[in-house]
This record gives sequence, C-alpha cells and structure tokens, in this order.
Amino acid sequence: MNNTLPIIILKRLTMGLFILFGVSILITVGVEALAGDVCSAVLGQAASPETVAACQAQLGLNQPVYVRYLDWLFNVVQGDFGTSLANKREVSELLSKRMGNTFYLATAAAIFAVPLGIFLGVVAALYRNSALDHAISSSTLAAISSPEFFVGYILMAIFAVSNNWFPAISDVESAAGFWSRLYVSALPIMTLTLVTVAHMMRMTRASIVNLLASPYIEMAKLKGMKPSRIIIKHALPNAWAPIIQVVVLNLGYMVVGCVVIEVVFVYPGLGALTVESVMLRDLPIVQGTAMVFATVYVVLFLVADILSMLANPRLRYRK
Amino acid sequence: MSGNESKKLQEIEKLQKRVISGSLSRREFMRAAAVMGLAAAAPALYAKAAHAKPKKGGHYRVGLPAANTGDNMDTATNSDNFMITMAQGSVRNCVTEVDANGKAIPELAESLEPSADAATWTVKVRKGVVFHSGKTLDADDIIASIEHHRGEGSKSAAKSVAESMGEIKKDDANTIIFKLKSGNADFPFLLSDYHITIGAADKSGKVDWMAGDGTGPYSIKTFEPGVRAHLVRNPNYFKADEGNFDEATLLALNDANARMNAMSTGQVDAIARCDLKTAKLLGKKPGVEVLETEGTKHYTYPMDVRQKPFNDNNVRMALKLGMDRKVFIDTVLRGYGALGNDHPIGASQNYHASDLPQRKYDPDKAKWHLKQAGMSSLDVEMSASDAAFAGAVDATQLYAESLKPAGINLTVKRVSDDGYWSNVWMKVPWSASYWSGRPTADWMFTIGWKAGGNWTETFWDHKRFEELLVKGRAELDEAKRSAIYKEMQSICRDEGGSVIPCFVKSVDAASDKLGRPAKLAGNFELDGCRSVARWWFL
Amino acid sequence: MMGPVTFLKELNFSARIGLFIVCCMAFCGIFAPWLAPYSESQIVGDVWEPIGGKFIFGTDQIGRDILTRLIFGARNTIALALLSTTVAFLAGALLGFIAATMGGVTDQVLCRLVDVCISIPTLIASLIFLSALGTAVTTLVLVIGIIYTMPVFRIARAVAMDIEVMDYIEAARLRGENLWWVMHKEILPNALTPLAAEFGLRFCFVFLLISSLSFLGLGLQPPLADWGAMVRGNADGIAWGFLHSLLPAACIAILTIGINLLIDRWVHKASGLRDDQ
Repeated sequence: MNNTLPIIILKRLTMGLFILFGVSILITVGVEALAGDVCSAVLGQAASPETVAACQAQLGLNQPVYVRYLDWLFNVVQGDFGTSLANKREVSELLSKRMGNTFYLATAAAIFAVPLGIFLGVVAALYRNSALDHAISSSTLAAISSPEFFVGYILMAIFAVSNNWFPAISDVESAAGFWSRLYVSALPIMTLTLVTVAHMMRMTRASIVNLLASPYIEMAKLKGMKPSRIIIKHALPNAWAPIIQVVVLNLGYMVVGCVVIEVVFVYPGLGALTVESVMLRDLPIVQGTAMVFATVYVVLFLVADILSMLANPRLRYRK
Repeated sequence: MSGNESKKLQEIEKLQKRVISGSLSRREFMRAAAVMGLAAAAPALYAKAAHAKPKKGGHYRVGLPAANTGDNMDTATNSDNFMITMAQGSVRNCVTEVDANGKAIPELAESLEPSADAATWTVKVRKGVVFHSGKTLDADDIIASIEHHRGEGSKSAAKSVAESMGEIKKDDANTIIFKLKSGNADFPFLLSDYHITIGAADKSGKVDWMAGDGTGPYSIKTFEPGVRAHLVRNPNYFKADEGNFDEATLLALNDANARMNAMSTGQVDAIARCDLKTAKLLGKKPGVEVLETEGTKHYTYPMDVRQKPFNDNNVRMALKLGMDRKVFIDTVLRGYGALGNDHPIGASQNYHASDLPQRKYDPDKAKWHLKQAGMSSLDVEMSASDAAFAGAVDATQLYAESLKPAGINLTVKRVSDDGYWSNVWMKVPWSASYWSGRPTADWMFTIGWKAGGNWTETFWDHKRFEELLVKGRAELDEAKRSAIYKEMQSICRDEGGSVIPCFVKSVDAASDKLGRPAKLAGNFELDGCRSVARWWFL
Repeated sequence: MMGPVTFLKELNFSARIGLFIVCCMAFCGIFAPWLAPYSESQIVGDVWEPIGGKFIFGTDQIGRDILTRLIFGARNTIALALLSTTVAFLAGALLGFIAATMGGVTDQVLCRLVDVCISIPTLIASLIFLSALGTAVTTLVLVIGIIYTMPVFRIARAVAMDIEVMDYIEAARLRGENLWWVMHKEILPNALTPLAAEFGLRFCFVFLLISSLSFLGLGLQPPLADWGAMVRGNADGIAWGFLHSLLPAACIAILTIGINLLIDRWVHKASGLRDDQ
C-alpha cells in the first residue's frame, strides 16, 4: 500500500487546491447572482443611472464575468489578491489584519473551550444518568440552543452594563499588549467558549458511553477496576478519534462561524468583513475571505484526520 | 464659610456647567438661582458661565452608526453619519456651512455675493487657510473639488447639485465666479453639501481624495474603514472656537445595541442615533444626557403614481387618511418625532406651512375616498426593509393594522436589507423610504419631487407644482416666496404620491462632561455631524 | 410493530419528559389559532409591557402579545425546521448512500462537490443565497435544506461505507439484488440510528440559523412569528432589564432538550447498553 502519511498529506493538499478553485467559482457565481453591484451599493439611495454607469466603467465592471474572474485567477496565482472595489485598499493587507484578529479570538476561545468541553464530557460519562450528568447535559443543550447574539447580549448585560468588569465593545485597535487585548476581547471569547463547549462535551460523552458496551471494558469491570480508571485508562484513548473530529469542527467554527459574535461586540474580524463585503458586492474581498475560510477548513480537517490516524492506527489501513 | 454656603456654591457651579453645555436656558438659571436666594447675584453668575470659552484638550471618543469597510475619503460617495462626521465634520471643510439656525454662512469662503437676478455669484476665498499638508488654500482647490462631482464619468452622488452650479470661473487666486443656468437665491446652501468637501488640487488640477488631506480642525492619524478613525488636532485651524479636543476617536458602531451599551458603560463620550426604545432609560444613567434635536429627516411611503391603483388620487388619499400618525410616532419613534403632513417641509424649517390643517387618522373618510374610486375594499402590497429606516418593517405592520378599519388590506413584504435602494425602492409600486431632508424647501422639492428627477420616488408630475418650483427658486421677495412654497406644500399634501407620517428627531446621547453650543444643528445627528469640531470637555 | 403502551414502557423517565415536551409544542403548533388569545399580528398594548402584568408574558418590541406569538411561533418554527431538516436528510442520505454503494466516479464527483460547498461558511452561503433568491418560505426551506444536505451527506456516506463492506451486503449483491434493494433493505435500517442522532441536533440548528439570519435582516416574512426572530427582535432590551427575549429563547432551549432526550434514548437503546450501565 502506498498510503503512507506524506502521500496522504500530499493527496489531500492537492485536493485542497481543487476545493479552493471550486469555492472561488461558486463565490463568483453567487455574488454575480445578487442584484446590483458595488456601484449601486456604495451610492445607495443616491444612485442615479449615469453615476452608476460611470462608476462601473471606472471599475471595469462592464466586462463579462468570466473575463473578470480569469483576471482575478491569473493574479491570485501570482500572489496578488487585488484591491477592494469600494475603496482601493489592498485585499491582502486588509485580510492579514483581520485574520490576525480572528485567529487571536479563535485561539483564545479554544484554550478555554477545548479542555473544558472534554473535561465535562468525561465527568458526564463517569457519572452518567446521575443528577450531575443530567445537569451538565441539559445546561450544555440549552447553551447549544441559544442563538449566539443572545448569549453575547446576556454576557454584555451582566459583565459590561451591570458590573462594568469588561468593555462592551471590543475596540482591539486601542489595546496594546497581550493582557490588554485579552481584557478587551474577554466577552467575545466567553461567548464563543460557551457556544462551542456544549458540542464538544456531548461528543466526548457519547463516544465514551458508546465504548462502555465493548467486551474489553466489561472485562476490566469484571476485574473490579474503578469506573474512573476504566474511563480514563481504557475508554478515553479509544474515543479520541470522534472527539478530535468534533474538536476540530469546533475550532473551524471558531474561525469561520463567529460572524454574529463579531457584529455584536464590534470585533473587527474576518466574518464581519465578509458579510459587509457581500452587502457591498465587493467581490475581491469576498473572494479573499472565502479563500481563507476554505483553507482553514482544508487544513483543519487534514490535521484532524492525521491526528485520528495517529490515535488509532487501524484507520490508516482502511481501504 | 459655612457648610450651607459651600453647598450652594457647588449647586451654582453645577448649574453653570449646564449653562455652558447648553442644557439650561438663561431663564431656568435665573429661576434656580432665585430659589437658592441668589437672585441678586444671578445675572453676573450667568454671564460668567454663558461667556465661558470652549476649553482645549482631552480625547473625545464617539460611537457612530452607518460605517462600512468600503468607506473612503472621496466624499463623492459618502452617504451617512460616520463619513459625514469624519470628512465634512472633522477633516475637511466646505465653501459654506449650515449653522445651528439653519442659515448658510461662509466657511472656506469669506463672502458670497449674488447679482440682482441671483444667477451670478461671486465667491471670495478665505485667506490664510492652510491644508494639513502645508499647502495654502486658493481658488484652484475649490474649483477642482467641485469639478470632481460633474461632467462625464462622475460617479458623485452630488452630480446633479454640482451640475446646477453652471459655469465656474476663476477670477483671480482668491475669487471665483459662478454663472448659474437660472437664478437661485439658495445657492450658498448648495456649497454646503457634505459631498462637496474641499481637497488640495495638484498641478494637473486633480485632487487626490484618498490621501485624506483637508483644511479641517483635525488631521487623520489612522483610519481603518468600517472600524475606527483616530484624529489629532490641526494646530493651524482657522476657526478659533472649533477643534477643541487634542485627539478624537470615531468608533464605527453600526449595531444600535452596541452603541447604547458603549454609551451606558462609558466606553464612549457620545453616540449618534440612540435606540429609541431604550433612549429614555439611557438618559436616566448618571452622567449621560440624551439630546433631542428637531430636524429635516422624514420617513416616507412613496407610491408609484403611474401604476394602478395609485394613479387614482382617491386611493392615495385613502391611504394617507388610513395612517394613524399618532400611534406611529408613539410606537415607532417612541415619541421622538413630529407629525408629518404628507409634504416634505418640517416644522423647524423656513417656509413651513404651519396654517395647513394637520391630516388626522380618519378611517371613515378613507373608506369614503375608496368608494369615490369605485372600490369597497383594497388589497395592496408594500415592500419594506430596515434598510429604509430603523424599524421600518415593524412600522409598516403597524400601518397595516391601522388601515384595516378602512377596508384596506395591506400585505407587508419584508425584503432583504441588502440591495434595498438599488432593487426595491423606486422599482416596486409601493415601498418604505426616508429622506434626511435638505436645508431649503427648493432643494428638497427639486431633488425629491420634481417631475422626471432621478429621486422623484413617486414618479409624480404635477403641472402647477412644476411652475411654482421654477418661480420660487428665483424669487427674492420673501413674502412672495413664502406664499409659493406654502401652495406647493398644500399640493403635495392633497395630491402627492407619498404618505409622510412623521418628521424624525435626532436622538443622540452625550456625557455631561462635554460642553456644547447652546443650540445644536438639526440637519444631521450629533450637532449636524459636527460634534467633533464644535464640542469640548468642560 | 410496537403498540403505544409498549412504546411508553420502553422509555425511561427522561425520555418521557422529552416526549411530553415535544407533544406539548406540537399541540401548540397544530391548534395555534384556537389557543392563542389574540391574532398573530395584532398590536395589543405598549412596547415591552411587563411580564406577568396584564399580559402573562408581556408584549414584544412593537406591542404584540408575546404568549400569542410564542404559540404561533411554535407552529411556524417547528414546521420550518421540520421541513428543511427533512429536505436535508432525504437529499443527504440518498446521495450519501448512492455515493457509498456505487463508488467510483459517482462517489468522487459527489464528494468533491460536497467538499467545495461545505467549505463556504453556512451563514455566508445562506446570506448570498437568500439575498439573491428572496426569503419566501419555500426558498428558505430549500436553501437551509440544501446547505444542511452537505454534512448529512458526509455522515450518511461514512456510515454506509462501513456497512457496505459487511458480509451480508456482499451476500445480497451476489444474490443479484439491485442497488435500490441494498440501500433500502440493508443500509438504511443500519444507518438510521446515527442519522437520527444527527437529525436531533440539526433540527435545532435550524432555529439558530434562522435566528442568526434574522440578526442579519433575513429570515421569515413578518408578521409570521418565529422564535428565532422573536429572540432577535426583543434582545435589545436585555441590557435595560427587559427580559422578554428570554421567553422565546427558553422555548428553543426546551424543545432542543426535549428532542435530544428522546433521541438520546433511542441511541442508547441502539448501542446495546443496558440501562444500569
């Protein structure tokens, strides 16, 4: 078999390029299908047919879609992501700034959320069907089922408005240094942690409980092993694969899914940039952010699969 | 000094502060002082406060709505609060400005002189004004800045305004002559348009707008479009009493809830456009004042009068009479508004027809009009989105409820915020809309009601109205002009295609540590988008 | 087939709670016009009248009775979520099984297509789709359905792949059973449990997606009440002590918990664990 790790990685990365290509086409078609363009969007209520036409001519929007797309593709291959249609800013510069903010938020949230999710999952599995398990399960379900902006508003009401412990608005540009940045973005980090912990906790619990019926666990039990030892020594190591999958899924979500949280706390991240750029029909920026999101997706899932394989070598030799 | 005395002194100081910040009138001050037994000393105490000069210093942080990542310093496409505050209100100037009383006064001009027929205007450029870059302002800068908005290939929102300025000629380095196509007594107002800010022209006669150079009270230190702008004071600014803060941060807070929370937690010193539902509660927070200013902004429900059933004036009248304006203002605007009378000139404006009877909610009369149109009931659809105005979807449902007793069944179609102005407004027969208003009656009628105009949202064409519009513009006799505009308002009210339920107050909030002029400008929120320039820390 | 009594006996305590919740909500939804004290769009009072006053649950951001809107919301929200999740599971499971059983080029093409679609963030994809197509109910159902088809496809395919290599499938193929028979008789019953677990969560995610969409100005057409939009509409008040948005949020949470209690029980049974474990 030629399924050694480097070859798998190479294959997946090639596939990743294909995915990026597919995404860029879909995004172009999607944004083109929207009514209006950047000119009518920028001018808004003040647009008139002549001014819109003049603006389109200046930006080259009167060329057919495929010409513009090929132009874009040609430049991107050379590493040039172009400039914003609305205000001529370099897309790569804009993206790198926003990416920094988004990855900071995701990393900070992950540092809290991942250990917490797994810990709660193990505890719930250990004391399954007890009051503690029900409490953890129900409260995480409630957290899962609350819209993010709602969690955000509640945290804001408690920690910023009533108590003034953390700032209501994450003005990260004003923050200098690690701690001040952490302080400024405390509320979005908390929100993101709350909405992702639940999913990870549930999956951890489910994967462990699933294994408890296996013969080797029965065996361990018959030998008189303590339940906590059984779970930590025997069940958890074999449950890693699905847990890693769900952790990675949530890490991905922390990067690509926090549009709403960014809007609520006015956090200048990639998601809010994407939404605004879709509304502005600023295709180069939308393309740029979509490329970042797709790359994150490809890389994270590659990492997840590799980790799963390392955790469970049998997966490596499946057909 | 006894404890009582010192307490009194503290009280008086508090009152003086309120005089300085403009929230206490002379009369109120006198009465309060008299209650404390200081009636004799009151006039002197008042004078001391009233003549207090704005203090320099401090870092002003303000939360503003309507910013986006596509914002830039080319004011041709600026359209809303954040960029107006930043460009016209902080970094640049216009040739004229509209003051708090709604009058056009010279800004970068020293004077504006009309000819007898108001068709030729001679503008003297203010001497000694320097750009942040060090260049001295002259006639070329002003001409280049205006030319940017007209001619082939202009994508400016002020194209029609700039084109109405006719032939622009430089007379000498500090004099410009405007030869208008026809007389316009309101010409100085046109030069105050927030799109037409003045930038520095290079040798080829072009302005590099993106560079962000200007003559205004602040220069740009950093600007992250859609996020924030950091401004520092221009030490060479030509107006002594403006540009009082050392630094200013404009924060883009598009979400109303975010603005309200930023204000109530003290993260910013002022916000524009409060959430009306919670504005009263914000005002109760210690240290926060909620400011209401009457202005020209109004909400409209324009019908396409070329299309059935809106081509019948009886139907239009029925829909106007079926609007419960009082409930609309109480619910949608939470009381922060004035009754609209189906014409676009507000009560705070010149030439407002105050003797015109106020249209009232009258479902029976609406029914009668419907009958005149040969109908017993009517089914209509309206498209609305919160892009039209904040709360438009809820407001329109309210309207639908008030139309029911008149036998009119209004279906509200909520459409996407996104692309509202390009795909829905003036494309569907009936939609929700708003106007921030214009400083003069002529301008408002010309841009929003004139037959065949790009923004005549009702596609209305009324012969008498058109005649009066041309006549009124060149009329220099105030009494005659006033009569003309009153007749025009009456025509809009009874035959126009727009339901105008209300005029909207600007509702903003500011910290009580801020000083501000006694009267705030009403043309835009937060002192006409000029709080950064005009306000100061006490 | 199991009779209703045996079915109830099969359920443990928490699953019975789940069943009760789901039935209550369904009842509210079905009989909404008879249960609700007012009509769906009627404005009955001032903005945000207090909870527990003249109106049991107060009034919303434009003065409509919240109880009424919660009851109508049950109907609209559950119907919308049910329809779009069903679309997603029908399409996703079918395509997933086809990909797994047919393999080869079909499998490759489907997988790559799904890979591309799934790497565009859900909210952005729905934003683009809905802005382009409008927010009529059918469009909403289809767009959400299609977006959720992608993850369902992956699960369905993965599950089917595992089953596909089992001996009994080989045997069926050797017997000359056709593709449809294999999918219908062998794969579907075995894949049902993991798919059901996923269904429970996806179903609830629909509420959240709708509520996020209404945060961005899309979502159900007013005056139709849905819980997600109700949370959004009233959420501005939280910082000022108007807790009205907690009510629709609680409804979403309770329904989510109810459904998952039921499904957890099913998954538990299917995993072969005894109750004491």
